[in-house]
Amino acid sequence: MSPRSQTLLWVAQRASAVVLALCVVVHLATIIYAMRGGISAAEILGRTRGNPGWLAFYSLFVLACAVHAPIGLRTVLREWAAWRGRGCDAAMWLFAALLAWAGMRAVLAVTGALT
Amino acid sequence: MSRREKGAAPPSDPPQLLVRVWRGHADGEFQPFEVPRHATQTVLDVVMHIQRSLDATLAYRYACRVGMCGSCAMTVNGVPRWTCRTHVDKVAGDGRLEIAPLSNLPVIRDLVADMREFFDKWARSRGRFDGGNTRHDEFARVAPASTERQQVESGIECIGCGVCYSACDSVAWNPDYLGPAALLRAWTLVNDVRDTAGLERLRAVSGDAGCASCHTHLSCTERCPKQLSPTAGIAGLKRAVALAALKGTL
Amino acid sequence: MRGRNHPGWWAFLVHRISGIALALFLPLHFWALGQALEAAAKLEAFLRWTDQPLFHIGMWGLVVLLAAHLAGGLRVLALEFLPWRDWHKTLAAVAAAFALAAGLAFALAL
Ligand code: SF4
Ligand code: SF4
Ligand code: FES
Repeated sequence: MSPRSQTLLWVAQRASAVVLALCVVVHLATIIYAMRGGISAAEILGRTRGNPGWLAFYSLFVLACAVHAPIGLRTVLREWAAWRGRGCDAAMWLFAALLAWAGMRAVLAVTGALT
Repeated sequence: MSRREKGAAPPSDPPQLLVRVWRGHADGEFQPFEVPRHATQTVLDVVMHIQRSLDATLAYRYACRVGMCGSCAMTVNGVPRWTCRTHVDKVAGDGRLEIAPLSNLPVIRDLVADMREFFDKWARSRGRFDGGNTRHDEFARVAPASTERQQVESGIECIGCGVCYSACDSVAWNPDYLGPAALLRAWTLVNDVRDTAGLERLRAVSGDAGCASCHTHLSCTERCPKQLSPTAGIAGLKRAVALAALKGTL
Repeated sequence: MRGRNHPGWWAFLVHRISGIALALFLPLHFWALGQALEAAAKLEAFLRWTDQPLFHIGMWGLVVLLAAHLAGGLRVLALEFLPWRDWHKTLAAVAAAFALAAGLAFALAL
């Protein structure tokens, strides 16, 4: 990977961090609010189903995660596991794809966009 | 021997410091010494005492003894420090000292670390000034109050002691990482309005071997004996490099 | 180790450990919520199964890690993008306080 690509990874990491900072604040507030008195599927789905606002919010959240987490994990693997080659980079692309796919599946499930 | 007044306490021997000093190469070991404790004694004084009075074969390095040359850095009780300006009082409250060569660098012998890689990385980060003027040109004028000059106000005071490099975990975990001092040097040149190698230098300090691998531990900033902040300079490089990458010029 | 005992280094370590833990938790989280795709009842069954003390402690841990990673990340962004000043110890302390406050709020809501 060229230094320019590596730099762009750094930029993507910071840009997604800014998006995530906003998302996580909302997420934490929602968790703490929803946790009072226990959570149930009906309660979660009642809030999210058929709500385009939540659909947009969680989609953005998931995609930012899919960008942010693999870049961070790549650094950790390079530094703490000495895994530095193309194999590591390829694995991180796969991890990003997995997060994006599983994440969007979850978003569609809880917002009922598919049903 | 002076006469003692009757009933007065006998003069105690000067208190001793228990000093463990690294001997040999990477696979060496600590050797214990007892060194008389004095007021306003520096760690370098202790090392010199050992070499001059106890064991002449001890290898170590120093030159100026006043914090200017940057050659006397060692690991003192687990922390990298300049030894000529580190007072024993400050680091050995309990009278014990453990002195080792700087970490993150190969050991030549005893307290002498091999600084080659450290300085090679200055070269690799294009730490050399590249000017465009000849002696027929006018002197360049750098306004002391300009932003560029203010940015490097502290960075240009680096004495190249290697303390920050030895304290930096990114260096330990990523052997290619250029390290705080070399990157700080590059930052002073990026801000030098007379310099002409700006883009090549940004290229040299970008990516995983460069500023992207600084994780803002601030160990360098915490330990730099000149109280410089390589982390701040590296943050500047990160922004400059990111901007160039986005513009497509990198 | 002694050379590392300062706030900036601890902030880094917390950031890294929480980041690893969250990255590994994400696929699990998405899989669990994806259960609702098949039937709301499956998600409900999963939620009932996790409604026990061990999982509550785990969830509390995740909330603290998430809050710590958020606050630690803002600390990094502040150091990298804001004009440099001598505030990094304050930033680390504020980040720690935020993570603990989030943990407390979650524990009270449990
Ligand atoms: S930045 Fe500070 S610690 Fe690093 S080499 Fe220069 S003077 Fe020494
Ligand atoms: S702040 Fe950057 S350069 Fe300084 S010790 Fe940490 S990783 Fe190394
Ligand atoms: S001997 Fe020159 S800086 Fe210590």
